[in-house]
Amino acid sequence: MSRKISMKQAINEALDLEMRRDPTVIVMGEDIVGGTGAQGEDDAWGGVLGVTKGLYAKHGDRLMDTPLSESAYIGAAIGAAACGLRPVAELMFLDFMGVCFDQIFNQAAKFRYMFGGKAETPVVIRGMVGAGFRAAAQHSQMLTPLFTHIPGLKVVCPSNAYDAKGLLIQSIRDNDPVIFCEHKNLYGLECEVPAESYAIPFGEANVLRDGDDVTIVSYGLTVHRAMEAATALAKDGTEAEVIDLRTLSPIDWDTIVESVERTGRLVVVDEAHPRCNLATDIAAFVGQNAFGALKAGIQMVTAPHTPVPFAPSLEDLYVPSADSIASAVRRTLSPKGASPRIAA
Amino acid sequence: MAQNPFPLGKDELLKAYRTMRTIREFEERLHVDFAKGDIPGFVHLYAGEEACATGIMMHLNDNDRIASTHRGHGHCIAKGVDVHAMMAEIYGRSTGACRGKGGSMHIADLSKGMMGANGILGAGAPLICGAALAAKVRGDRGVGITFVGDGASNQGTFLESLNLAAVWNLPVVFVVENNGYAESTAMEWAVSCDSYVDRATGFGMPGVTVDGTDFFAVYEAAGEIIRRARDGGGPALLECNMVRFYGHFEGDAQTYRAKGELEAIRASRDCLTILSERVIEAGVIGRDELQAIDREVNALIEDAVRAAKAAPLPVADDLLRDVYVSY
Repeated sequence: MSRKISMKQAINEALDLEMRRDPTVIVMGEDIVGGTGAQGEDDAWGGVLGVTKGLYAKHGDRLMDTPLSESAYIGAAIGAAACGLRPVAELMFLDFMGVCFDQIFNQAAKFRYMFGGKAETPVVIRGMVGAGFRAAAQHSQMLTPLFTHIPGLKVVCPSNAYDAKGLLIQSIRDNDPVIFCEHKNLYGLECEVPAESYAIPFGEANVLRDGDDVTIVSYGLTVHRAMEAATALAKDGTEAEVIDLRTLSPIDWDTIVESVERTGRLVVVDEAHPRCNLATDIAAFVGQNAFGALKAGIQMVTAPHTPVPFAPSLEDLYVPSADSIASAVRRTLSPKGASPRIAA
Repeated sequence: MAQNPFPLGKDELLKAYRTMRTIREFEERLHVDFAKGDIPGFVHLYAGEEACATGIMMHLNDNDRIASTHRGHGHCIAKGVDVHAMMAEIYGRSTGACRGKGGSMHIADLSKGMMGANGILGAGAPLICGAALAAKVRGDRGVGITFVGDGASNQGTFLESLNLAAVWNLPVVFVVENNGYAESTAMEWAVSCDSYVDRATGFGMPGVTVDGTDFFAVYEAAGEIIRRARDGGGPALLECNMVRFYGHFEGDAQTYRAKGELEAIRASRDCLTILSERVIEAGVIGRDELQAIDREVNALIEDAVRAAKAAPLPVADDLLRDVYVSY
């Protein structure tokens, strides 16, 4: 049975289904139940934006509120994973990674390699990413490149409810540490989602739109901006292929390269800062592996090299827009060498 | 034979001595071989601190987890990690405990409940909270022990973990191995409180300070708080006051120490000598019995070094292996 639900509901449903399936799955985080130890209602919050609301009634103490103490509880989730549980730890805003990153990149990510292949650390660390929520510089970042840089971590960033459910189920079943990035401006977005359980394999990008003139690659919120741009470009007779990466580590190089070999043009859209991000990574990979197929210079559309601003008038300029993506596509269509230099 | 006044039977006493002597010989041998240039990287030796690891670990089984430190060889040996696998690891060989990919600072054997030495000071404390949580969820009566030095006792991870363990009532024992120095910096200067017992009290758990050079003091104090944790009584902190016979790392000239300090602690605070004299004086164990163990341990370490040097090095294929379970 399929019905329309939001990405927030889809994530809740994935957690519920996996907790039912596997008793070793536990969920922890700050206020994921809410009100623990207080006099009022049980399950007072269900997470700051209500993503885990209602799970406490179904699973009781397998949902654990934590002190405001990210290093301790993220580390505890990792330690518990190394000892046979499958913890899902919510970091609320992934910007808080700065407080507990050691536990993730020096501990969880390295156990398997550093211990000679004898450890498994099936932990999921999920939290919000992205701008557009008027949440300012410390609650709005797209830090995905920090995570993809680290060997041993898997990095997932769904663009819709269907993918969020299937990818989160896969993340919980996966035996490596997974950073699950939820764009806060997609939480309310609805689409058709089956009620039953399903897993979406990692490393398989989703081709959302076929086209032979240009390839647009993105992930998360900006996938929707890329689709808007593609619709606008079609009116001018330009058919863009739009690829939603879904997982950033592992990444589906084959789908990207095969598309570029057909279209000859590539625009990569990344909400992260412009230096050393997914866009530069993909551009470099295509430049090295499919140079002969390129008919124009690769274009990158990213956030600027600034913190995320608070003022709505500025934040609206910060996130790549459909217009900026369409402009980038047009640059790839102009004769070779005629592109103006674009400042980073 | 005199009546045994100790809390352990003769076999257990011999086992404790053997463990402590094995750690000592292991570290003394590394001290020599490192100076010869045989060992890559750097090593931090546990010599002088043997009574702490041994007195604690004698209360544990393979189902109990420990999270160790950069100075982890003693914890590994006391927790039952194979000495040959350890030596091979330190020599960077493919027969090592981590197939040569961890080295001295990352020796682990999860099958023995040894969750890893750790190059990041204080990082083991959150991890052991998770191990203890897993034991609690499973209801298997397992406990978790994390070690920090007096230096890492100032890390946020350690202090946050004290709070988390107390809030979640986890079966964890936090052991502060206070050897007086955070690398080269004096504990007296770098730790703001007068007593770790006060620090434990501040986090709502009992704290105990013992003479960490006295095996029996460690054994008895650890026994009580480990039993308490195992029975659901919650976390506790154990401070062991002890001495480090070598520098922070091998090659450390230790110019921060007072004149004569090292000679004095070796003469009066050697935990192996203290244990030996106690059991011999009580007439429970003969000197010859201890000397027989010494000979066996020497042969074991000699064989471990010989085997490590003869073992194959990891090869190019190993470079890319085991980053992920599947990718």
